Amino acid sequence: MASSATHYFDQLRKTRVWRSIFRGGTGSSTLRRSLAIQQDVFLHLFPTKVRRRMLDISVTWYLGTLTFGTFLILVATGILLMLYYHPSVPQAYADTKDLQFVVSSGLFLRNLHRWSAHAMVFLVFAHMFKVFYRGAYRPPREFNWVIGVILLLITLLLSYTGYLLPWDQLAFWAITVGSNIASAAPVVGDKVHFLLLGGNLVNANALLRFYVLHCMILPLTAIFLIAIHFWRIRKDGGLYVHQSTPAAAGSDVTVKEAR
Amino acid sequence: MPEEKPGQSATNNELDRRSFFVKLGLGSLSIATAGTTVFAYQFLSPNVLYEPSPIVNAGKPESYPLDSVTLDVNSGIYIVRSKEGFFSLSAVCTHLGCLTAWKPELGIIACPCHGSKFTRDGKKIEGPAPKPLPWYRVWVSDDGDLMVDRSSPVRSMQFLKV
Repeated sequence: MASSATHYFDQLRKTRVWRSIFRGGTGSSTLRRSLAIQQDVFLHLFPTKVRRRMLDISVTWYLGTLTFGTFLILVATGILLMLYYHPSVPQAYADTKDLQFVVSSGLFLRNLHRWSAHAMVFLVFAHMFKVFYRGAYRPPREFNWVIGVILLLITLLLSYTGYLLPWDQLAFWAITVGSNIASAAPVVGDKVHFLLLGGNLVNANALLRFYVLHCMILPLTAIFLIAIHFWRIRKDGGLYVHQSTPAAAGSDVTVKEAR
Repeated sequence: MPEEKPGQSATNNELDRRSFFVKLGLGSLSIATAGTTVFAYQFLSPNVLYEPSPIVNAGKPESYPLDSVTLDVNSGIYIVRSKEGFFSLSAVCTHLGCLTAWKPELGIIACPCHGSKFTRDGKKIEGPAPKPLPWYRVWVSDDGDLMVDRSSPVRSMQFLKV
């Protein structure tokens, strides 16, 4: 049974259609395997070769992958929620209630979006703590750490902008308080507040701006930076696998050996 | 040492063709960048706002009993009728913009968000709020209605006798 499935798959890989889509060709030589990674637009971001040790759960706890997983869930559920949500003052709250009580599976999708958002914030922090305490931010990975910090800020901004969209009391006052914090910045604070809200009050303009930020600008920026983040793992020599031992902390010699 | 060509030494001090075009290119790029920045800033700042008028009609002065504090939730102001006369306070906390509430049992104004407290005439009692609640200009319209201008703060302790 299994061997016949493999046989059909091998036959499929020889067809002209398959060969026109996937250029790597058949066979399982090292060259073919590496070409399969290199010639795929998604997989080429990742290393062609991975040491088995890198995939051990103890190395990363898969926290980065899990973060990306929640991001994908958020994109999928978010696009579906957009089909029923109007970012306008008279409709936003009613649409949110409709999603809760009227739309089929609306409650499930909204709750999935909400819980994934909470999980993503948690996982981003967990991922960063793991990277920090293992010392995986050290050269040559220091620029990937910087991208990671920007991605943390984008994650928080996505949470913040998404908070306003239900247009309930909690949302309104949270954004009132949050945007007033922005205006506490020296010199440019009031201007930032005005540009962020598109006015002086949390109003129709603010709702629309937060919607555009939440659904277009911030996710696209995040996808762009995530692509670089993954590609840098490959360019910086794969995932960091060494255990940082307490003895290595004080001594230069041990640190050199560890690298 | 090869003899320098007369044409080459002359161009050493002058701008050659390549660096001229590089400077031209960089110059136009920086002008375009500055223009785009100004354009983006102007586009993102709305020129017309459809926000509520700062002038609020608070109704007939007689409708406020003596020694009362009334919160108008929609416009975010207090109308206070004290023994000295009428005055109007902002109900928006000077800390982070939450709507404060009058606590009749304590005789103070309190903010639900971060616990700032104010007296009935807006003076800060405690809490993270950095400033007292501002007083607004109050007058009586020709129709005999009490009017408040939220865009013009006035010095405190200016009472309106009706």
